[in-house]
Amino acid sequence: MCGAPAQTPTLPANVDVEKETVLYGTVTKDGAPVPAAYVRLLDGAGEFTAEVVTSATGDFRFFAAPGEWTLSVMHKSGSVRQPVTATGPGLVEAKLALS
Amino acid sequence: MSRSESLVSADWVEQNLANPKVVLVEVDEDTSAYEGGHIAGAVRLDWQSDLQDKILRDALNKADFEALLSSKGISNDDTVVLYGGNNNWFAAYAYWYFKLYGHDDVKLLDGGRKKWELENRAQTTDVPNRPATKYQAKDQDRSIRAFRDETIAAIGSKNLVDVRSPDEFSGKLLAPAHLPQEQSQRAGHIPTAINVPWSKAANEDGTFKSDAELEKLYADAGLDTSKDTIAYCRIGERSSHTWFVLHELLGHTNSKNYDGSWTEYGSLVGVPIEKGA
Repeated sequence: MCGAPAQTPTLPANVDVEKETVLYGTVTKDGAPVPAAYVRLLDGAGEFTAEVVTSATGDFRFFAAPGEWTLSVMHKSGSVRQPVTATGPGLVEAKLALS
Repeated sequence: MSRSESLVSADWVEQNLANPKVVLVEVDEDTSAYEGGHIAGAVRLDWQSDLQDKILRDALNKADFEALLSSKGISNDDTVVLYGGNNNWFAAYAYWYFKLYGHDDVKLLDGGRKKWELENRAQTTDVPNRPATKYQAKDQDRSIRAFRDETIAAIGSKNLVDVRSPDEFSGKLLAPAHLPQEQSQRAGHIPTAINVPWSKAANEDGTFKSDAELEKLYADAGLDTSKDTIAYCRIGERSSHTWFVLHELLGHTNSKNYDGSWTEYGSLVGVPIEKGA
């Protein structure tokens, strides 16, 4: 798909990405998207902040704030843990591959 | 109450799937979860459309609760086993709700839907057909429900346990981070509240920690068990999870859930708010 725009999450119409810090991305296993994976958002101190379940297309999304975060994924087929940094409001993508 | 009376394991549920006196109830915020697959025989309660008054911001009244349970085919003498997504937040809310209306035999499935899925246990999309019953609720047990005036009066005198995440407690976030942050209420917490996030009471697979770990958790945070306790969060569901720990697992029967929680408190005019950790 030459020239296709970068993938961005589908957001509710009332969400203002000038103000919201949206951490989003896809969970994959061997390149294929993983639905129904449990994705946790941990704050800079490693404390639980939120958890979502990935969609049928393996997507997840959090409304966070600027700062250092960690994403931790559990699924029956594997797990992964990855840091992510949001420098300011806007969209921040994280690609999470289960191993 | 104790752990053995209020909590059951996934193995116990599998062994009791054919037990006619055990009714499994899935309670979710995301109603599509049940449609995608649930434990065999489980009926569904939708936290929003089934367990909230349609007009007031309040729990269902007694007559509506009776009508709801009757329509789901639940009898007064059934063993009700609740489970759900979000680490059992809404199942714990429903547990508190069943206790509020005096249902004796209600239990939570330890680990909820998450542990069940992670262990690859059987699910079905078949919806059970339970004949309607004539459920009779008792009057609300107000010994487990706190309202705003009692909560304000508790500042500096009773235990206030804010079970939201540290960033919500400090005022950095206004809602759990899976929700948009633009909210009408002010940010922060009730003065003198201790912050013990609900998640500290659970393992990452959603099961509850051991009684010894839980006692230590609240003792280290400064909970004085000789005093009454009020737990709150944003809308009263995560604080139901902590209320379950305090009241049911640890037997601190002087614990209440403030279901108005931060969406009410943070919108009140003139009440004290503290910010920061």
